[in-house]
Amino acid sequence: MDPAYSVILFTSSSGAGYGLLIWLAFTRLSGAWALSPMVAVIGCLVALALITTGLLSSTFHLGHPERAWRAMSQWRTSWLSREGVFAILTYPAALVFTAGWIWDAVPPIAMTLAASATLILSLVTVISTGMIYACLKTIPRWHNRWVVPVYLAMAIASGGLLFTLVLAASSAARQQTLILVMVVLLISWMTKWAYWRFIDRQEPASTTGTATGLGHLGTVSQLEAPHTSENYLLKEMGFSIARKHATKLRRMALNLGLLLPGIMLVLAGMSNGFAQLVLLSAALVLGLAGIVVERWLFFAEARHAVTLFYGRSL
Amino acid sequence: MTSLPKTTGKKLGLVTDLDICVGCHACAVSCKEWNAGGHSAPLTDTNAYGKDPSGVWFNRVHVYETDDGENTRTVNFPRSCLHCEQPACVTVCPTGASYKREEDGIVLVDAEKCIGCKLCSWACPYGAREYDADDGVMKKCTLCIDRIYNENLEESERQPACVIACPARARHFGDLGDPDSNISRLVERRGGYALMPETGYQPVNRYLPPRARKDQAGDTGTADHLDAAENVDSGHSFFNWLDKALSR
Ligand code: SF4
Ligand code: SF4
Repeated sequence: MDPAYSVILFTSSSGAGYGLLIWLAFTRLSGAWALSPMVAVIGCLVALALITTGLLSSTFHLGHPERAWRAMSQWRTSWLSREGVFAILTYPAALVFTAGWIWDAVPPIAMTLAASATLILSLVTVISTGMIYACLKTIPRWHNRWVVPVYLAMAIASGGLLFTLVLAASSAARQQTLILVMVVLLISWMTKWAYWRFIDRQEPASTTGTATGLGHLGTVSQLEAPHTSENYLLKEMGFSIARKHATKLRRMALNLGLLLPGIMLVLAGMSNGFAQLVLLSAALVLGLAGIVVERWLFFAEARHAVTLFYGRSL
Repeated sequence: MTSLPKTTGKKLGLVTDLDICVGCHACAVSCKEWNAGGHSAPLTDTNAYGKDPSGVWFNRVHVYETDDGENTRTVNFPRSCLHCEQPACVTVCPTGASYKREEDGIVLVDAEKCIGCKLCSWACPYGAREYDADDGVMKKCTLCIDRIYNENLEESERQPACVIACPARARHFGDLGDPDSNISRLVERRGGYALMPETGYQPVNRYLPPRARKDQAGDTGTADHLDAAENVDSGHSFFNWLDKALSR
């Protein structure tokens, strides 16, 4: 599948935003960490900015951005529509939640409700994003049980890296917390590892022979393509990266996304003040870069059933 | 509405005979010609006369070679929308632009509602949807909805353009939901099959498989007097001579 930059940007940026909202709402509900209210507000605003950037990037990628509102209408059947509905519903909840940190007009009960709603809607939106891909039977490397957990885990992990900055700015980035974020990061990449293992062992259910129904006549290969140059189908769905490049990029994603941020978190645990802030920012930038590579691969490694008709394999 | 109708009154669709399709692309060209001015017009071409032309087509003709170790065969294979009974291209659409008609089962895109998110083309296993970057909307085969019900056309012309254009009569149109229709009987007789049943999309269109080769087909039903010329003794030495001379 063609790795379109708008979709990669959308899913990684809004994923990190929803992840941060999840950490902030969890903090508010559990009281696990003492945040300075002003910093919490800035954290919420950064999360909303990331989400909005992602949503706008995917909206402007549409053929008709001005009709985007129509995408809310088919939530009964379409995960893309559900994602849109949940993403929009998150805004009012998250805005009340943001204001509640510093504005007394929001009573505690409303703040608790808003935090709960923000937490749940953020989770559900990320799950819907994953389901858009996981429900496509045409792409076996997406249509499996690992896709949604990976989207969720990556969102929470990148949100966690952002959250460490919120903690540091509240002078609350203690060692145990950084270890917790490191564990979350590790779990997210273990989930991705499991996904890679799964797709590497997947047996293709269809071939050019079964797709054309001509398999009973012997091995089927394409003798002549229907068109002399690339068409929409091949540009959009025929993109596929060679295995040896994919292996290299997987290693790069792991280094950027897990190893280096892990080292930064360890160092940050041993420092404080400005040095800690710098180290945590480095962990964040590296972690996000790792996710962008991972997301690029998610598309580049996926093969679409239509390519069978062009004599390729899944 | 992207919710699918429980049943459709008719199941209009196409049957393509892979045994006699000669791969001339007449159906594809005629489809392009009609639809460039029809319901989904225009079907944009970019760089049509340049080095790297591309454009929107609803019908694409592949050519396959099959090889069983002893023999190879060439099979021409037109590919277009199969107007599936369980089309995920419709259910994934977030806007309701994609829909399946309850009355005849035709799968269409409402160009006024489509936002051009392309998700439906990802959901189609058969590559039947092509995005028109100029219009910013998705396009696909309409089963010539603007021909088959068109009262301005002669009755015999109320068929999809591809069916009319085919010089080999390899394409047929009709109601595949009615077991007594000519087209259903043809499918029955020739063992017509659906593409990729494993997807669960339940295509309406059928393909008729290439017939067995003559050497494997047993009695082909050819009348004796039409069999190979060497068996023929006309009783006339001149004709025998002529037959030999011409058979050389
Ligand atoms: S062939 Fe593709 S576009 Fe046509 S109905 Fe089936 S899934 Fe939809
Ligand atoms: S491209 Fe248009 S028809 Fe296809 S899913 Fe998106 S809105 Fe629906």
